[in-house]
Amino acid sequence: MTVETAKHRELGLTDSEFELIVEKLGREPNDVELAMFSLLWSEHCAYKHSRKLLRRLPTEGERVVMGPGENAGAVDVGNGYAVAFKVESHNHPSAVEPFQGAATGVGGILRDVFALGARPIAILDSLRFGELDSVRSRHLLDGAVRGIGHYGNSIGVATVGGEIYFEEPYEHNCLVNAMCVGLAKTDDMVRAAAAGVGNAVVLMGASTGRDGIGGASVLASAELGEGDEAKRPTVQIGDPFEESKVLECCLELLGKGLLVSLQDLGAAGLTSSAGEMASAGGVGIDLDVARVPLREADMEPFEIMVSESQERMLAVVEPAKVREVLALCEKWQTGGAEIGVVTDTGRVRVLRDGEVVGDMPVEALVDGCPLYDLEPAEPEGWIYGNRATLSPDATAEEELLALLAAPSIASKRWAFEQYDSVVGSRTVRRPEAADAAVLQLPEAGNAVAVSIDGNGRRVACDPYEGTTEAVLECAQNLACVGAEPLGLTNCLNFGNPEKPATAWQLDRAVSGLADACNALGVPVVGGNVSLYNEGPDGPIYPTPVVGMVGELPDPARTAGSGFVAEGEAIGLIGPFAPTLAGSELAKQRGVLDVGLPSPDVAAVAAACAVVRDAVRAGRLASAHDISDGGLAVALAECAIAGGIGCEANIEHLRERGCQPEEALFGEGSGGFLVSGERAGLEQLGAVLIGTVGGEAIEIGAGDRSIAVPLADAERAWRSLPAQAERDGA
Amino acid sequence: MIWGVVQFPGSCDERDALHACELANGEARLVWHEERDLGGVDAVVIPGGFSYGDYLRAGAIARFSPAMEAVAAFAAAGGPVLGICNGFQVLCEAGLLPGALLRNEELRFTCRQVELVAEGSTAELTPSAGGEPSSRLSIPAKHGEGRYYAPDAVLDGLEANGQVAYRYAEGHNFNGAARDIAGVTNEAGNVVGLMPHPEHAVDPLTGSTDGLRVFEAVAAAGARA
Repeated sequence: MTVETAKHRELGLTDSEFELIVEKLGREPNDVELAMFSLLWSEHCAYKHSRKLLRRLPTEGERVVMGPGENAGAVDVGNGYAVAFKVESHNHPSAVEPFQGAATGVGGILRDVFALGARPIAILDSLRFGELDSVRSRHLLDGAVRGIGHYGNSIGVATVGGEIYFEEPYEHNCLVNAMCVGLAKTDDMVRAAAAGVGNAVVLMGASTGRDGIGGASVLASAELGEGDEAKRPTVQIGDPFEESKVLECCLELLGKGLLVSLQDLGAAGLTSSAGEMASAGGVGIDLDVARVPLREADMEPFEIMVSESQERMLAVVEPAKVREVLALCEKWQTGGAEIGVVTDTGRVRVLRDGEVVGDMPVEALVDGCPLYDLEPAEPEGWIYGNRATLSPDATAEEELLALLAAPSIASKRWAFEQYDSVVGSRTVRRPEAADAAVLQLPEAGNAVAVSIDGNGRRVACDPYEGTTEAVLECAQNLACVGAEPLGLTNCLNFGNPEKPATAWQLDRAVSGLADACNALGVPVVGGNVSLYNEGPDGPIYPTPVVGMVGELPDPARTAGSGFVAEGEAIGLIGPFAPTLAGSELAKQRGVLDVGLPSPDVAAVAAACAVVRDAVRAGRLASAHDISDGGLAVALAECAIAGGIGCEANIEHLRERGCQPEEALFGEGSGGFLVSGERAGLEQLGAVLIGTVGGEAIEIGAGDRSIAVPLADAERAWRSLPAQAERDGA
Repeated sequence: MIWGVVQFPGSCDERDALHACELANGEARLVWHEERDLGGVDAVVIPGGFSYGDYLRAGAIARFSPAMEAVAAFAAAGGPVLGICNGFQVLCEAGLLPGALLRNEELRFTCRQVELVAEGSTAELTPSAGGEPSSRLSIPAKHGEGRYYAPDAVLDGLEANGQVAYRYAEGHNFNGAARDIAGVTNEAGNVVGLMPHPEHAVDPLTGSTDGLRVFEAVAAAGARA
């Protein structure tokens, strides 16, 4: 027993989980079975610390075509088309090997989307690193950006947006979340459930090797720490060329109606794909590992079953169509092998040349893992550090320039220019041209807008309100381009849920997400949870990343964020009541503390509707939501984007009770900065706060007034390359 | 007129190229890389992407495909051929165009809207053939290996023969290309390659329609042939 005990613990199973497996099998598992159980019962696959919480999320809506449980969610965009989308993390692999970690993160989320029969049309990324003055952070940033570009560019899917934040708590545990959006004819979409006893199970794409063995259990379900170098073999290696071939092959197969169902191979490889397909279909599956095309001939059955080799898909095919399916694999020069059969046994059986080497009930394997209740406890006070980088005596002008140069706020052009943002000819608004990416859909006769957001620092200040703000910011970004939200996907990046403080953050964040989605009427159609994001110095900021997809009727009627014309009025719309709590300025002053004010969600939703309708009607020259760095930074961003200055004042925010520095640099939900014809803005109920024009950013704020030449502001805002490449990279 | 757009495994921009050809003039169809017969098309486009994963060297494997044998014969007979980005690299590897494309000076993939100047007295396929010498085009470029290179003697010859088809306007040569060269033609002028992507500049909503003029010039040459 001691030998077995050691083995299951090494694989991440607790003693009681091991005993439960023995009870469900009626015997001790052999090595193949133990390896398979350890992966499917890992946090990464079983969501054992989060599944109960996720039940709080609203998942239904009249536009929902596919919800949680499928490879990705999908919403109806009209004219017989649906948009599929999902965000997923690849944090720990990227922390160990950023280029391949980020590249395979993109590859994995692409497969989730084309597994539904949707052609991927856009990628967005949400990245978190430590501060840029750390060599390690610069190395991770450079590798992750190159990796994302390498995969997305090579496969020909446009990377249209994203966000990058730099904060100390991500120093050892960076976050790489990738979101993919795909387009499908609704009737052609396919589910992942296996069906049809006697149907063939066909493995397509790359051959199976020893890469990524134990990725889900060893890497993704435990904290990072000493000796992570040795985990590099658990990181998968991506080959976008192989994925390109298998993508085109799968879409052609689905277009010809040759597949019953389709599933990608991600974490836990064949084990999870076969298990989940069988579970969803209420059937069994027999797989013969001797028929799996291998990179190394001497691989053991357990290695074949748990390998996370990339660029592989599993399909269920009617026997009469197998020959045609394999011929199409041949045409696309990608692998295709009949490796198993759908059975009525309700069991996953692993065979080698006909000999049974593993035999487990699907129910035990896929749904048998115990779910744990969290034991949340609110921490006392601010549990993260504070580091002052800005003198308390700085002038307002110095503060504005420091905020514009902050890596989290500065232009990310350095990163997004490394991505192909135009392939596919759909990109109506490229990165940083507007608050959300806009993609035209000539097939459906309209367009979609996509945004991804999540400010971990603010969630750390208040997990409930911070998560609410992330949802509202996405909705505001969509409103700025004239889009109405259709659905939401999320990735919950948190620390170790077995620690009470992290459990409390997770619990409050999920409640905030659920309440905000309910209030806005936006369903959650899919998502991903990444826990155990901790380094030697403690947990990351709790970081729920929200991706939202919206619809706009006419891609020609959308707005950019930059000011357009001299003399136009600048207006403020929405219930914006900024404070310095959790702000970038508070961070730079080193005075972060717990607590955020509560946004008025209904009032924000109403403001979104006003802005959305005005953009659609062509009544706004520009629209931008007020976010990191507050009003002063938002004004500067609009001015820089438009290449034209502005003059504004903070009188109205003073009337709302804000101190001058709160009005200038305070943050909070609900603020839109718009420009356009004066009378038109007044009709919308906008408060006029200034005028577009000149070659400076001038903000009247009494003794905190600002007058900064546009060129100086732009130089600060464009300083990221110098900060990211200071090693001469 | 009928366009043929050659599709290799790993091509990315073939659907955008098809659409651009249709907008420019006429119908368009894909030519699978294993076909030895171009099926009577009037003009050929080798599209952008990462044919064969750019393994070995960009374009180095695609040049050996059966379709490229047919393209070489088509070009030798005077047929108009347009290579875009990876297609340009394939044409250089195949010896249908002079020079080579090296890694960008900054060693990074870059995607950026660039300004081009079309020129060249014998470059029938460039917009300048339509009577608009030195006209500027705004077109996106996106590549990691687009730094045009040829020995100085070859470059002198290209300039003397009017084989420089497109140059980056001042301040737009982000890849470090020799003499700001973005695209060249063969000596006869019927084969042209360029790194920027005219097929992504055919719709005002996505930024520019200047790319259409590159296709229209090819169509005009095809109609004359």
